[in-house]
Amino acid sequence: MNKSVYDSPDKTSATRKHILTILVDNEPGVLAKVIGMFSGRGYNIDSLNVAEVSNDEHISRITIVTHGTAEVVNQIEKQLLRIVPVHSVSNLDQEGSSVEAEVALVNIFLNDENKKNIYQVCDFYRARKIENENQLTIFEIAGASQRINSFIKEIDEITKVEIVRSGPVAISTKNNDKEE
Amino acid sequence: MKEEITGSDIVLKCLAEQGVEVVFGYPGGAVLPIYDTMFKQNSIRHILVRQEGGAIHAAEGYARSTGKIGVVLVTSGPGATNVVTGLTDAMMDSVPIVCITGQVPQHLIGSDAFQECDTTGITRACTKHNYLVKDVNKLSYVFHEAFQIANNGRPGPVLIDIPKDVQFAKGKYESKKSITIPSHRLFEPVLKNNSENIKNAVELISKAKKPIFYIGGGCINSGKEASIKVTEFVELVGAPATMTLMGLGVIPSSHKQSLGMLGMHGMYEANMAMHECDVMINIGARFDDRVTGRLDAFSPNSKKIHIDIDESNINKTINVDIPLVGDVKLMVNEMLSIWKKNNFSVNKSNLESWWKRVNDWKEIDCLKYNQETKNIKPQYAIQKLYELTKNRDTFITTEVGQHQMWAAQYYKFEKPNRWLTSGGLGTMGYGFPAAIGAQIANPNALVIDIAGDASILMNIQEMSTAVQYRLPVKIFILNNEYMGMVRQWQELLHGGRYSESYTDSLPDFVKLAESYRALGLRAKNVNELDDVIEEMINSDKTVIADIWVDKEENCFPMIQSGSAHNEMLLSKDQEQDKKSAEKGKILV
Repeated sequence: MNKSVYDSPDKTSATRKHILTILVDNEPGVLAKVIGMFSGRGYNIDSLNVAEVSNDEHISRITIVTHGTAEVVNQIEKQLLRIVPVHSVSNLDQEGSSVEAEVALVNIFLNDENKKNIYQVCDFYRARKIENENQLTIFEIAGASQRINSFIKEIDEITKVEIVRSGPVAISTKNNDKEE
Repeated sequence: MKEEITGSDIVLKCLAEQGVEVVFGYPGGAVLPIYDTMFKQNSIRHILVRQEGGAIHAAEGYARSTGKIGVVLVTSGPGATNVVTGLTDAMMDSVPIVCITGQVPQHLIGSDAFQECDTTGITRACTKHNYLVKDVNKLSYVFHEAFQIANNGRPGPVLIDIPKDVQFAKGKYESKKSITIPSHRLFEPVLKNNSENIKNAVELISKAKKPIFYIGGGCINSGKEASIKVTEFVELVGAPATMTLMGLGVIPSSHKQSLGMLGMHGMYEANMAMHECDVMINIGARFDDRVTGRLDAFSPNSKKIHIDIDESNINKTINVDIPLVGDVKLMVNEMLSIWKKNNFSVNKSNLESWWKRVNDWKEIDCLKYNQETKNIKPQYAIQKLYELTKNRDTFITTEVGQHQMWAAQYYKFEKPNRWLTSGGLGTMGYGFPAAIGAQIANPNALVIDIAGDASILMNIQEMSTAVQYRLPVKIFILNNEYMGMVRQWQELLHGGRYSESYTDSLPDFVKLAESYRALGLRAKNVNELDDVIEEMINSDKTVIADIWVDKEENCFPMIQSGSAHNEMLLSKDQEQDKKSAEKGKILV
């Protein structure tokens, strides 16, 4: 629950991860309004993703991974709906099934000794080589965050890596006609 | 093809079309084009304040005393930052405000130009919505939408930042009718099962043994008719009704079912009844921490019904059994019709024994005090003020602190919109400019700012405004030379170490009034009080009445922070629970 010292300790559920997907008008300041609500009210953002999803109507989708109790996440959803340019907020975990994916770009320091091992790992995880210049080898891997975690862990055991991750985006697999 | 006019013309045209009569403001470099246009027209009156903070509180006073939207016009940079407190205040207390700020021309934005600040950035958290208008052709839409948003759903402040070049640029005006606002940008009741919930709520009330109404400022925001409907429902059910600080006036104080205010400095009977009730009907209140006290001991055995237009208030701090998201007037109307249609009534003998219990608590007489010496007790001063003004058309505003709580306790409000106080934010310096706004809106009414000696100094410069517009605003200062509430907390919680709460070198308030060509009065003892009040209310001038009150009087009853409704302190002598006082010290 929130951190107010007036807070009642009764009946709070366990803290866990939630993926919120928020449709907003793509207008100046909208992202600041959304993330400002999180920081101003003391909520957490584990990862954040934003991109326009419909060119003609200027609507963007913000995907936020947060963690908190059911009560906190419920309050986050309601506070988000108070923001004027917000169309809708869905909590993908509550809507049942959803698929999520993220992209990582991994710069791997290859040499003759580790080359074979690394290619084996990359093949196993279906990481794709997208750049090979100036003795740098950059791989792209997309998929569930878990899979990317274990890929990075294995590569890291072999050699030095530099990582860029997008954070997950997710979509509901439920048939939802109401979705704008 | 439509005629092209300047951005400033569009601004004034929008205000006129929205029915704005008064703008509170202060000119400056980045709003000069708008002020120039203002000079050339007669339909909108401009009230020049002496600091922008005064403008926004005056607009709040105007809005809260009329139910209309208050409009503010200030310049960029310091003009904008000075309204931040007022915007936050309006946000917390749900006051509809449209605030127009000038901005440096667009080609200078981001260059740290003279009087530049990131106004939309700074005000993002303290407005319902804000805009930086970069295209003159979007001005009309933005204004019409801003006025809608300010008043729509739960009211609040909206800010429009207009760069100077946009004020000069030429564009087309669009009327209110010609624009459409997408529905997602406005409030609609979101709870799908409202009608089911309303039915369940009414049934629950009809079966209650110990019901209580807990009435908040939402009833006032819902319009005058809402107060009438709420009162009717309270009468039909026959239950006791208590009001929050913001809700005072919804039910007449003299009503036999009214228990007065609840909460930290609320009535003993109101808080005890909240603690023991079995069904609580919250209408337009938000379970504020000043009301609930310790959450885990808040009304432990009741089923709770909560009517609120802002869904985020549902289950925010207190879990409720039946939430109803929507406008008070509509919701209560619906409840009334179901109640009447089904001929519902609360069991009479249950209700009688509940009232007997409540009346026993009333016997305690929690507001009693002794006016025995020549020193004026602050409670007595408010009581006298009430008696001598109750037959007039009176508006009361307050600053923040002890005097505010005494005003809430001892001044009796019979109508909504007559009581203007800063509840959520607790802004010292609110009351005087708010009184100016209320007086502008109600030129023939008696408007009194009940103030403390510390609070009044926070916006004393507005004396100049009051005198300029010949506003007969009365400032009734309960002068104890202390920041009284701070002193009280230091006495009760910090071992009587009065750190920085004594105000040395206060001005001579009588001379201060005179220096502004206003009337200054003083009552030093109880024999002088009546005459001073009479002279004050009969004067057609701006008046400061400096009432010297007992310096160390405390505001009781009191629920100390971290305590529960049934753990009220009735006087200083009462044995305090030291452990809970120690725990409460860390709270606000």
